[in-house]
Amino acid sequence: MSGEELAIEARGLTRRFGSLVAVNGIELHIPRGRIYGFLGPNGSGKSTTIRMLCGLIKPSGGTIRVLGLDIPQQSELLRRRVGYMTQRFSLWEDLSARENLNFMASIYTLEPRHATQRIEAAVREYRLQEFLDRPAGTLSGGQKQRLALAAATLHEPQLLLLDEPTSAVDPQSRRDFWESLFALTAAGTTILVSTHYMDEAERCHGLAILDQGNVVASGAPAQLMHDLPLEVVEIEAADTSAVRVALRGLASLRSLAQLGLRLHALLAPRATRAATSVGAGVAPPATDGVEQVRALLAKAGVSATVRRAAASLEDVFVGATLPPERDPH
Amino acid sequence: MLPASLRRIGAIAVKELRQMSRDRLTLGMVIGIPLMQMLIFGFGINNDVRHVHAGVVDLANTQASRTLIADIGASQVIDFVVRPTGIEALRKLVVSGQIQAGLYIPPDFERRRLDATRPVAQVIVDGTHPGVDIAVRAIATAPLPVRSGQLQRQQPAFEVLTEFNPERRTAVQVVPALIGVILNMTMVIFTAIALVRERERGNLELLIMTPVRSSELMVGKLLPYVAVGLIQTTIVLLTAILVFDVPVVGSLLELYLGAGLFIAATLGLGLVISTLATTQFQAMQLGFFTMLPSILLSGFAFPYEGMPRAVQYLAQGLPLTHFVEILRGVILRGATLANLWQPVAKLSVFLLVAMALAAARFRKRLD
Ligand SMILES: Nc1ncnc2c1ncn2[C@@H]1O[C@H](COP(=O)(O)OP(=O)(O)O)[C@@H](O)[C@H]1O
Ligand SMILES: [Mg+2]
Repeated sequence: MSGEELAIEARGLTRRFGSLVAVNGIELHIPRGRIYGFLGPNGSGKSTTIRMLCGLIKPSGGTIRVLGLDIPQQSELLRRRVGYMTQRFSLWEDLSARENLNFMASIYTLEPRHATQRIEAAVREYRLQEFLDRPAGTLSGGQKQRLALAAATLHEPQLLLLDEPTSAVDPQSRRDFWESLFALTAAGTTILVSTHYMDEAERCHGLAILDQGNVVASGAPAQLMHDLPLEVVEIEAADTSAVRVALRGLASLRSLAQLGLRLHALLAPRATRAATSVGAGVAPPATDGVEQVRALLAKAGVSATVRRAAASLEDVFVGATLPPERDPH
Repeated sequence: MLPASLRRIGAIAVKELRQMSRDRLTLGMVIGIPLMQMLIFGFGINNDVRHVHAGVVDLANTQASRTLIADIGASQVIDFVVRPTGIEALRKLVVSGQIQAGLYIPPDFERRRLDATRPVAQVIVDGTHPGVDIAVRAIATAPLPVRSGQLQRQQPAFEVLTEFNPERRTAVQVVPALIGVILNMTMVIFTAIALVRERERGNLELLIMTPVRSSELMVGKLLPYVAVGLIQTTIVLLTAILVFDVPVVGSLLELYLGAGLFIAATLGLGLVISTLATTQFQAMQLGFFTMLPSILLSGFAFPYEGMPRAVQYLAQGLPLTHFVEILRGVILRGATLANLWQPVAKLSVFLLVAMALAAARFRKRLD
C-alpha cells in the first residue's frame, strides 16, 4: 500500500509520562475512507495516541504521518483537514447549541453563506432543531454527542478523530451515531474512533486492540476472530461454580469468562494439533478441547452442555490481553 | 469580507463577551468590585488627622494665651476637651489614653514671648499614634498665630504653599492612584482566569485543534476585557468626582488613553499568568501574588522616593508604578501624555514584553 493511500501512518510511536510508558512503540497503518477502531480498556493509551496523531502532544519517540503531513511539525496545516471530538464534551456549556456552531464556523472561517448552509444541513442530519437554542450544558449525553459531531464536521474534514464518542450515550443513540459515521465514510471521510465497546469495535473496517500502551492485535474484526490462536469452548451449565472447580486442573485453560448462564473457556491449542479452518455457517466440529472439558466435567459429576464455539471479539480481546505466562487459576 | 485573522479574533471576542454576559458573578464583579474598593479605600485610607482629643492647662490666662488656645482649636486638628488643673494631671490623662495631646502654658508665658531663647509653651503628644504625632508636631512647630502677638521675629522665614492640593486632602492624593490599583486587581485576575477556565473545562483541547493562531486567541481574549477595564475606569472616575470631590484638571481623553494602555499591560500580565497556571485556583494565587507588591511599591501607599534603591528597581518593573504617575499627572496636575512620555513609554514596553512572553509560552499543545 503506498503512503498516499494511508490516512495515518505511525512507526515506533511512543509516549512516556515520567516513568509511565503510556504508548509503547506502536505501528499504525490506517487506510483512507474507512472506519478504524481503537479498542482497549481505560488507561490503555487510546487518548494519548489520538492526541499524538493530531499534534496535541509530542511523541517521546517514533514518526507520524497524517494525510501526508509530518506530525507534529506540520500540525497547523492539518487543522483544517481534521475534525476532532474530544473524549470529554468540550464545546462551551454556557453557549447555546446554535452559538457553538456559529462560533466553530467562524473559527474555521467558513464563508458566511456556506456556513449557514452547513449549519442547516447539520441541524437536519443530526436532529438538533429541538435544542438549538438551549445552553449546551443542559443537553443530554446523546444530544451533546450529536452537537459535538455536528461541530466537528462543519468544515468537512477529510479525517475525523473520535475519542470514545459513545461512552455517555444510551444504546439507541449509539446505533444512530454509528449510522451517521457510515454515512460520513460513504462520503469519503476517514474515521478513527476509540471505544471500549465490543459491539462498536466489531462494526469497524479495521481494528487495533490496545493494552497497556501496546497494540496486542490488529486487523479486520472478522479476520481477528477467525485467526484467534485459541480454542473457544462454550459450556452451558446450571451450576457454573461447579464447572469452575472441575476445570481447575486443566493445563491448557487460558481464561474462563461468564456470559449469563454460559461460560467461555479459552484453551491453548496443543502444539501438535493442525489448525482447523472454520467455514462460515458450518457448525464447528468437536475438538480435543471439547473432549477434554467433557471428560473433566463428567469425572466431577457436573452436568453441562459443552460445544466448540466461534470466537467472538470479546474472546479475541481476552486472548490478546492475556499475560504471556499466566497460570489459569 | 474581513481577513480570516480578524474574523477569528472577532469570533473569540464575541464568544467571550457572550459568556461574560451570562455569568452573573463576573458581571457583578465588573461593577461591584471597583465600586466597593473605591469606597473602602477612599474612606479607609485617610491620613487627615482631625479632632484629636486634647487637654489644655493655661496657667498664664492672659489675652495672648487665650487667643493662642482659640487659634489652635480653630484648626480642628486639636479639640480641647478637658482643662486639668496642672501639668501632672495633664500627663496622667495622656498616659491613660483619654487624651492624645496636651498644651501647657506656663505662668510666665508673657515673659517667654519676649525671650527668643525660651519656648513659650509645651506640647505633650502621645507618640504611639503616628498620624497624631505628625499632625500635632506640625501645629507645635508652626509660628505663633499672628493674632497672638505682634512679634516680627517669629514670622516664618519662608512661606509654604501646597500646590494642586492646597487643603492637603488625602482623598485627592489617594483616589486617583486608586483607579490604577483597582484596575490592576480585576484585570490581572479576569484574564488569567479566562484562559485557565477553558483549559480546566476542556474547551482548550478543542480550540487548539482549530486553525486559530495563538496570537489571535490572545488578542481575541484580551479585547473584551479592555472594554470591561474602560467601564471600570468610568465607574471609579465617577465615584472619585462625585463622592470624593477629586478635581480632574487634565484632559479626559488623555486619561482614557493612558488607562487603555495600562489595562492592556495588566491584561498581558494576566495572560502570562494563565500560561503558568493549570487551575483557576493557581491563577488566582499568582494574580494576588503580583498584586501585593503593586499596591505597596507603586507609590500608591508609600512614597517611591523613600524606598531603597533595589526596591525602586523592582517597582519600575510594575505597570502600576507608571500608571500611578500618569494618573496623578493627568488628573491632578493637568499634565498631557506628552509631558508624561516616560511612564507611557515604560508601560508600552511592559505591554510588548508581556504579550510576546504570553504568545511564546502559549503553545498550541497540551503538554
Ligand atoms: N498528561 C498525562 N500525565 C500523566 N499521565 C498521563 C497523562 N495522560 C495520560 N496519562 C496516563 O497514560 C495512560 C494512558 O492514558 P490514556 O491515553 O488516557 O488512556 P485511554 O484513553 O485508553 O483511557 C494512563 O495510565 C494515564 O494515566
Ligand atoms: Mg481516553
